[in-house]
Amino acid sequence: MASDLLVMSNIHKSFPGVKALDEVNFSLKAGEVHALIGENGAGKSTLMKILTGVYKMDEGEILLEGEAVHINKTIDAQNLGISIIYQEFNLFPHLTVAENLYIRREPRKLAKWIIDDKAQRQKTREMLAEIHLDLDPNRKVNTLSVAQQQMLEIAKALALNAKIVIMDEPTSALTDAEIENLFRIIHELKRRKVGIVYISHRLEELQHIADRVTVLRDGKFVGTVDYKDTSVRELVRMMVGRELGDYFPERTTKPEEPLLEVRGLSRKKVIDDISFTLHRGEILGVAGLMGAGRTEMARALFGADHVDSGEILLEGELIQIKSPFDAIRHGIGYLTEDRKRDGLTMGLNVKENIALASIKDFTKWGGRMDDGRIGEVSKEYVDQLQIKTPSLNQLVKFLSGGNQQKVILARWLCKGTKILIFDEPTRGIDVGAKREIYNLMNQLTADGHAIIMISSELPEILGMSDRILTMHEGKVAGITDRASATEESIMYLATGGR
Amino acid sequence: MENQKRLRASTLQQFAAFASLILMVILFSILSPYFFSYDNLITVIKQTSVVGIIAIGVTFVIITGGIDLSLGSLVAVSGVVAGFVLAAGAPNIVGILVGAMIGLLCGVISGFLVAFGDLPAFIATLGMMMSARGMSLVLTKGRPVYLAQNKTFNLVYNYNLFKVIPLPVIYLVIIAVLAHFILKRTAIGRYVFATGSNEEAARLSGINVRLVKLVVYSISGLMSGLSGVILVARLNSAQPAIGSGYELDAIAAAVIGGTSLSGGEGQIIGTIIGALIMSTMKNGLNLMHVSQFWQQVIIGVVVIVAVYIDIKRRDTQRP
Repeated sequence: MASDLLVMSNIHKSFPGVKALDEVNFSLKAGEVHALIGENGAGKSTLMKILTGVYKMDEGEILLEGEAVHINKTIDAQNLGISIIYQEFNLFPHLTVAENLYIRREPRKLAKWIIDDKAQRQKTREMLAEIHLDLDPNRKVNTLSVAQQQMLEIAKALALNAKIVIMDEPTSALTDAEIENLFRIIHELKRRKVGIVYISHRLEELQHIADRVTVLRDGKFVGTVDYKDTSVRELVRMMVGRELGDYFPERTTKPEEPLLEVRGLSRKKVIDDISFTLHRGEILGVAGLMGAGRTEMARALFGADHVDSGEILLEGELIQIKSPFDAIRHGIGYLTEDRKRDGLTMGLNVKENIALASIKDFTKWGGRMDDGRIGEVSKEYVDQLQIKTPSLNQLVKFLSGGNQQKVILARWLCKGTKILIFDEPTRGIDVGAKREIYNLMNQLTADGHAIIMISSELPEILGMSDRILTMHEGKVAGITDRASATEESIMYLATGGR
Repeated sequence: MENQKRLRASTLQQFAAFASLILMVILFSILSPYFFSYDNLITVIKQTSVVGIIAIGVTFVIITGGIDLSLGSLVAVSGVVAGFVLAAGAPNIVGILVGAMIGLLCGVISGFLVAFGDLPAFIATLGMMMSARGMSLVLTKGRPVYLAQNKTFNLVYNYNLFKVIPLPVIYLVIIAVLAHFILKRTAIGRYVFATGSNEEAARLSGINVRLVKLVVYSISGLMSGLSGVILVARLNSAQPAIGSGYELDAIAAAVIGGTSLSGGEGQIIGTIIGALIMSTMKNGLNLMHVSQFWQQVIIGVVVIVAVYIDIKRRDTQRP
């Protein structure tokens, strides 16, 4: 189409071991809101990072107003009038609204030596009035609400004469009234012929703004449709729709008596009234979109974050979990999403990492560590979990992702943990190792452990869970038995469909 | 409502520092009749000038989220070199410029290591602190350099303009006004704040973050050089071992005055108040015959309390 503002065609991008984008097409007209949707990891962010110069594409072509452009750095994108509003903002919290808006373009006076603050405030006021934004130019940004900061980011993009504004989950932290205000500004942008790429998980809100929708799945282009010719159900079907296959080992364990009961767990603004029961020998899958509060729920349960209200019962008895120490004492272990950052002690070796949580059990008279016994016990776990390491003294940072995950698992088992919370257990792990992790989970539940598995990969959720708890905006959207769950039904719950 | 609370908390720190200074002055005036005399107050302000000027320099560094531990050593090495030049009979102005340039040069080196070598500021300036101290001892073989031939250089410290205003006070005021102006009204000042507030955003906005860092360490070095020269004038000799611990006094002054060690916030006026608090406290405790040892204990407690207040204030600010 000749009138297209932006055309991205045949975009390819690979990361080591993953094909992140495979022949993806995307186009944008001036004055259009084009929604970009797909599951977590479908490639939306990667595509936008290519457009904004964060990543370089391996193959493909980008046309801006009909001309081929090369975007190698973020500054190139800015110069071409492409702005992105990130979920976490790129503002200066200690500077004022006006200072943020005009950074690097401050009006000057006296032979350009001095910043003309008065002119800057005046220009800011005019600029904000134009888009009907009521903000005091003198206010420091760290006193603004999230919504106000977002509006300021949009104003900043406009001040930079952006032709294309990309919004990444813009409504995820806003209240209904604030969302309405955002939509008003989006309509104003449309009127000014700005093209808007709108990434969102909330399919139901698209009806207010979207002109067209493009769906990505597993890095592939599924299709572009006019919003008025489609429905939420149809979009969901486009987003999921794939075969499960026999990739996952068969679940043989039958869940037994209740082990852990959570009642009304709440933490302000993050999780709201979470209740569920976990049985011995069960894998409870936790599904939901990014920002639905899954990790937050796990952290609250593990005592890593303060909880406002809620009760936790272990084997029918009320227990208090105020810190990770309490959780560990009660036999709860947490395998974090980001192993490198908060799971492993990378500078220590395999056996030290395995013994880390239970170091007290390995001390001899006088507080000395019993290295011999640490070695023996670690060896057992290395054999049992088939951790591939040249020796027990190998530093953990040199192991592969799958083996690192197993080391953490060994640490918790060594501590005698009964309940394991896996947060994205197979993220960054190659396919073969994934299967090993799944087998281990099966084996653990057969031994009487219970597992809470948070995952963004629906096949994993459906393939491994006995029951599936789906979260949406901090709440339990539904708990489904594996037999009756489908990708569509889970995605429907996760996107807030009722 | 919440915003008002945050605003109030922010001005409170400034106000709190100023109020404690006033309170301290009143308290010492009651406890020691000599304290509130013209002579003594002038002495306090003159003494403030040396650490005050360093503190102004380090305020720039801290606002970018950095730290400079080398300042005390730079005071010594610049003083020593200036002392040599003056003892050899060079005119006073040459001595001053040479001293200042040595400080600047060392600051540029630290700045280069931090900005382009990506060394942590703590390490780069710790290394500079040790090397510069060593260098001043090497140059002098550990002995002071006396300005026997030069009869006029002490006027740099002791001369009173219009018979009442001591020159060191004038230096401090001029430098403070200039520094305030640079920070608040010029682009480089704005980028200093921007870098400390959100370095990534600063880079994405097209600010040359490395250059900003180089500049702040250079300013900080230059200020130490000037202080070193002033100190030579005060003692009429250059002492290789002098100035140790000044960097910590300067950092403490900046922090007491509301400069945030995590960057993005700070004011020259606050730093000056902080420096005045430090020297008033020392002077007052001296007059009350509190031992040097106890003084250190008390100053340590004051610094901890000030930073504690600062951190609590930041907690209430977090949205």
